[in-house]
Amino acid sequence: MSTEALAYEHASRRYAGVSAVDYVSLKIERGSFVALVGPSGSGKSTLLRLANRLDTPDTGRVLVDGKDIAQADPIELRRGIGYVFQNIGLFPHLTVAENIGIIPRLAGHAPVDVAAALERVGLSSDLAGRLPAQLSGGQQQRVGIARALAGEGKLLLMDEPFGALDPVTRDTLGKTVRKLHHDLGLTTILVTHDMAEALLLTDRIIVMAAGKIVADARPGELLSGQAGPEANALVAVPRDQAKRLAALLQ
Amino acid sequence: MSEALHQLPPLIASHVLLAAAAMALALVIGLPLGLASARKPGLAAVALGFAGLVQTIPGLALLALFYPLLLALSALLGGGVPALGFLPALLALTLYALLPILRNVIAGLQGIDPAILQAADAVGMTPRQRLRMVEAPLAAPVAMAGIRTAAVWTIGAATLATTVGYPSLGNPIFAGLQIERWDLVLSGCIAAALLALITDGLLGLIERGIGQRRRSLSIIGLGLLILGLLLACLPLLRAPERTVTIGAKNFSEQYILARLIGARLEKAGYHVAYREGLGSAVAFRALQSGDIDVYVEYSGTLWTDTMGRTDTPPRGAMLDGIAQWMAAGPKTALIGPLGFENAYALAVKPGAGMTSIADLATKAPDLTLGADLEFLDRPEWRAIRDAYDLHFKATRAYSPTFMYRALQSGQADAISAFSSDGRIAADHLTVLADPKGAVPHYDAILLASPRRAKDARFLAALRPLVNHIRVEDMRSANYSVDRDTDKQTPQEAARWLDSRTHR
Repeated sequence: MSTEALAYEHASRRYAGVSAVDYVSLKIERGSFVALVGPSGSGKSTLLRLANRLDTPDTGRVLVDGKDIAQADPIELRRGIGYVFQNIGLFPHLTVAENIGIIPRLAGHAPVDVAAALERVGLSSDLAGRLPAQLSGGQQQRVGIARALAGEGKLLLMDEPFGALDPVTRDTLGKTVRKLHHDLGLTTILVTHDMAEALLLTDRIIVMAAGKIVADARPGELLSGQAGPEANALVAVPRDQAKRLAALLQ
Repeated sequence: MSEALHQLPPLIASHVLLAAAAMALALVIGLPLGLASARKPGLAAVALGFAGLVQTIPGLALLALFYPLLLALSALLGGGVPALGFLPALLALTLYALLPILRNVIAGLQGIDPAILQAADAVGMTPRQRLRMVEAPLAAPVAMAGIRTAAVWTIGAATLATTVGYPSLGNPIFAGLQIERWDLVLSGCIAAALLALITDGLLGLIERGIGQRRRSLSIIGLGLLILGLLLACLPLLRAPERTVTIGAKNFSEQYILARLIGARLEKAGYHVAYREGLGSAVAFRALQSGDIDVYVEYSGTLWTDTMGRTDTPPRGAMLDGIAQWMAAGPKTALIGPLGFENAYALAVKPGAGMTSIADLATKAPDLTLGADLEFLDRPEWRAIRDAYDLHFKATRAYSPTFMYRALQSGQADAISAFSSDGRIAADHLTVLADPKGAVPHYDAILLASPRRAKDARFLAALRPLVNHIRVEDMRSANYSVDRDTDKQTPQEAARWLDSRTHR
């Protein structure tokens, strides 16, 4: 078996003549926690969507576990890949338990242990019978993560999952995800525009601009300014904020 | 009122059947079309545009429009497509119900948060699963609101089906309007309104069940709806072979005669249904197609309008000609003339010293003729005028009620009248004789459908009426229904007329 959980080979995707993803090649190793950062419209969400065929590359290939996903059944593929998004996308007419159990139900597998799935993301099993609208934003996103993990896939794709949450919730949820990543042996790809979040949570940061990868480095390398001008510009903000915060403490 | 209530059950049954069939058809068309439209904006524009256009056509006009359309279709297919009755009513109501269903299905589907649809794809739903598990339940409350609107509209508009010869709760409404029997109008209106309210309530229950995710509520609502539908349709289970449908055009004399015929047939063991308020052109076609079994026509109308003849033969020759034509062509039967005419005539006040139109002609240059609004433009007037060389000092047109008052007050010295009009008897007017035979004959004649033309028992039950209804009695009966005070129902008038027939 290939060591890469996910690989892009010269993948391109255009919308109305504009390249969202422009001839990208990338390998993501099994077990790694990767951040995709970059300004809005840089192609990071599209790149993520190519991985479970929510979108299809115009040219090039995408491989999951070494297999070209163009040959795979998209329905089967998606059921085996966890996907979490900013808008959460819980089904409002289904209970928390039904939302979490949807993938096994669709696939005809045995029902999930909802209490365990809730506990795993730090929620009480009392919430199982509630509707999403009865939960806070942070609780909803925890359910969203529990739903994504219920398919037992080892690849977790997260598209700005904390974008709509307050800073405290973001932080605790980030820690939860990091722990789940470790405990479950996942390969996690996190799309974010928050560089500080990327620096603190992940092992590898890929910076995108205009559909291309402009930097690909570990957090330490990025902070020390070794990853090129685009990356430096993005890192400058949290680094400056950290300095000012440190100054305030003195 | 009890008579009004008594005739409701079979009308409710056919009304409910029509509305339910139209709703079912509209759902069968509207749900998939709405679904396809929600996915393709181009199709949505076309579908909504068409449904919106249909909605701007008044309900009555839409029903009327289907008559020539279906006639043309029938001609194209070599016959067999009924242009009257259930089919045109069903099609018009279905088209009418389409807009609210389409609009709300599309709005319901397009109103779903795109993030939820993306989530449905991302968890690996097939398009079919996505529709069943996500789109349908989320669009359902909005779609149900449209279905409720459509159901209420359809039940209301189904009253118009009466005008194309399909029995509905419009029957008592249109009949009551014509003969100013407000209890009939009210009974039809209230029954239709109650039907709409109950349906709306039950659909609302289903909608609440869907919205609040309480399946039991939806099932109770649906169960009650189906139960109500079955209960309402129970009267339709009567054996159709024994049921005779009696047609009537839209004026009092026709209503009275229909009840008289009905009483005779009931006595002979038939179950009787009425289809009243038929347009003049519609009635004969309904007879031909078997939608109605029997009705009273007027020889002159059939002769000129249906047979397309322009000559004015004597009475016997015209009746013979009609009988031969009917047996040869449309396979319907002329049972016989009832014995009176409802023709155009000229009438004067009693004691005017005139008995015939010839008498009138000598005095006419000093007199004023009062006429109803169309008489002076009709061929009958030209025929009389030319035959007797009539020249009045003046002619004035009135609405019928004012025409009789003008004669009473002396503003007019002679008036045009219908020979069986009840006001002739009430005002003791003299109907002037027509010695030259210039006025075409409008004998009331009893006609039977192709099927009943071979039904000996049926014919035997009605033959006693032939040539046994006197014009004086018909006038009195008409007046008892038409007058402003102490009105009789057509049924009561028919009973009285029956007692005067002595056979």
